[in-house]
Amino acid sequence: MAIGAIDRTAKNLVLTVQEYSLFAQRAVLNIFRPPRYWPDFLLQSNIIGVGSSAIVLLSGFFTGGVLALQSAATLSEFGATAVTGRFVSLTMIRELGPVLTGIMVAGRNASSMASELGSMVVTEQIDAMRALGVDPMRKLVTPRLYSCIAMLLFLTILADACGILGGAAVTVFMNHQNGTQYFSMAWEHLHYSDIAQGLIKPLFSGFIVASVGCFYGMRTSGGTEGVGRSTISAVVTSSVLIIFVDFLLTQVLLTLFAQL
Amino acid sequence: MTDTPGSAQSGQNGSGLAGSDPTLPRIANPTPIVEFRNVSIAFDGPPVLQNISFSIAPGETRVLLGPAGVGKSVLLKLINGLLRPDQGSILLFGEDISTMTEEQLFPLRIRTGMVFQEGALFDSITVRDNVAYQLIQERVPDAEIDTRVHQALTFVELDNTFDFFPASLSGGMKRRVAIARALIHQPELILYDSPTGGLDPVTSTTIIELIIKERDFFHAPSILVTHRLQDAFTLCTHRFDADQGHMVPLPEGQTDPTTTFLMLEEGRLIFDGNLHDLIHTDNSFVREFLE
Repeated sequence: MAIGAIDRTAKNLVLTVQEYSLFAQRAVLNIFRPPRYWPDFLLQSNIIGVGSSAIVLLSGFFTGGVLALQSAATLSEFGATAVTGRFVSLTMIRELGPVLTGIMVAGRNASSMASELGSMVVTEQIDAMRALGVDPMRKLVTPRLYSCIAMLLFLTILADACGILGGAAVTVFMNHQNGTQYFSMAWEHLHYSDIAQGLIKPLFSGFIVASVGCFYGMRTSGGTEGVGRSTISAVVTSSVLIIFVDFLLTQVLLTLFAQL
Repeated sequence: MTDTPGSAQSGQNGSGLAGSDPTLPRIANPTPIVEFRNVSIAFDGPPVLQNISFSIAPGETRVLLGPAGVGKSVLLKLINGLLRPDQGSILLFGEDISTMTEEQLFPLRIRTGMVFQEGALFDSITVRDNVAYQLIQERVPDAEIDTRVHQALTFVELDNTFDFFPASLSGGMKRRVAIARALIHQPELILYDSPTGGLDPVTSTTIIELIIKERDFFHAPSILVTHRLQDAFTLCTHRFDADQGHMVPLPEGQTDPTTTFLMLEEGRLIFDGNLHDLIHTDNSFVREFLE
């Protein structure tokens, strides 16, 4: 009985991974053949990019502030509070900026994509689109995928900048340290490899958010309850995948840049 | 049970159908618009449809009857390739669609119009954009789109909803807009999936009147899924009178010869014939359904 359940679960997992891989492959390759829906790309860029900017800005700012508070407390034991700027900027740019932005965007947009597409599935709007001769993958999924990748890149840059500013605000106004020293330390110890690491990760996060959100949305079944399940699955899966892929990428990029 | 669908021809009821052209060419043995050959399909369980075989001739209206959950909507979605059969083959416009890819199916789907159970209007765009959805994808000029949308909405008597969003329409209005969306591209086949399901009797009659109007004006072959017998009988016993602007009953004893019936029971096709055959069949399930 138990072995049967494990067998079924394992098979379902493999099937889901296979379906997701084929789904993501189709979504990516659609860009190379017409029709391409550029107005939908711009619309989604606005929804994902502009729509998420406030939460990314706020989360980035306060994360930078918290980093400055925590690091200053620890660094003061070694008389090294002067390197707070370096600590905050490197942490934000290499790690927290991309990951936090990915998770925030996943919470907002993977859920929105899953619920929107899921609702369209259960109300037969996806079937209606297919019946009208329009490919929902091209019309709905591909624009979301590419706009999410592009926008996550810019949102991460925004989060990095706000995080460094948040750290600066805490350093100057709460820890009463020198602002010039903070920015000087943040700037001088920043290398191109750090920036490259920080800008490669959001490309993967953007891909994960959109592909997982759309995948769960498009395979919704079971009415409105199914839409709820799809939304939860999309947020949970994309958040976990972002952190997991970040771990893998960090390992690969650290090895790669160490050799350069 | 007599199977006469192939012999059904449009405009032969001698009733002088408004909008119909009595000089329409008659084809002796027309190639079916749709042909099912031993089609079966299942979804993680017992078969939903088993060994279904039937055809739809040019100009023919087929009414698919059966209780809820018997596979009527599944059959309809098989016709334009929204679902794929597990066994058998389906010919749409003479082409076998059962092995076609999604990309290959799109040109054939454009030639069909489909009205979904709840309308399935896109709720984020206006009625105008819903009705013009196919035309917008084909990049038809805006002025022409507006003209054709007005024509389609006028046909379903909803021209005043041009700028409305679907959320502000009633259930019956949504179905009528869905009919306008299905008709705007002048389809060669129309699929109606329970267009009167869940509607009050007055609104249902309005929808059926529109379907009769479409049948008698455009002569496009169609298949209508319903579990409401009164809708099926109204289709068979009425014609649209353009002079009066509404449907009128055919003379006593006459029925529309282009309208024929199919009935499903537990995934099997148990009846295929005209109204006379339906009423006089010995099949116990059909008799029980009729009574």
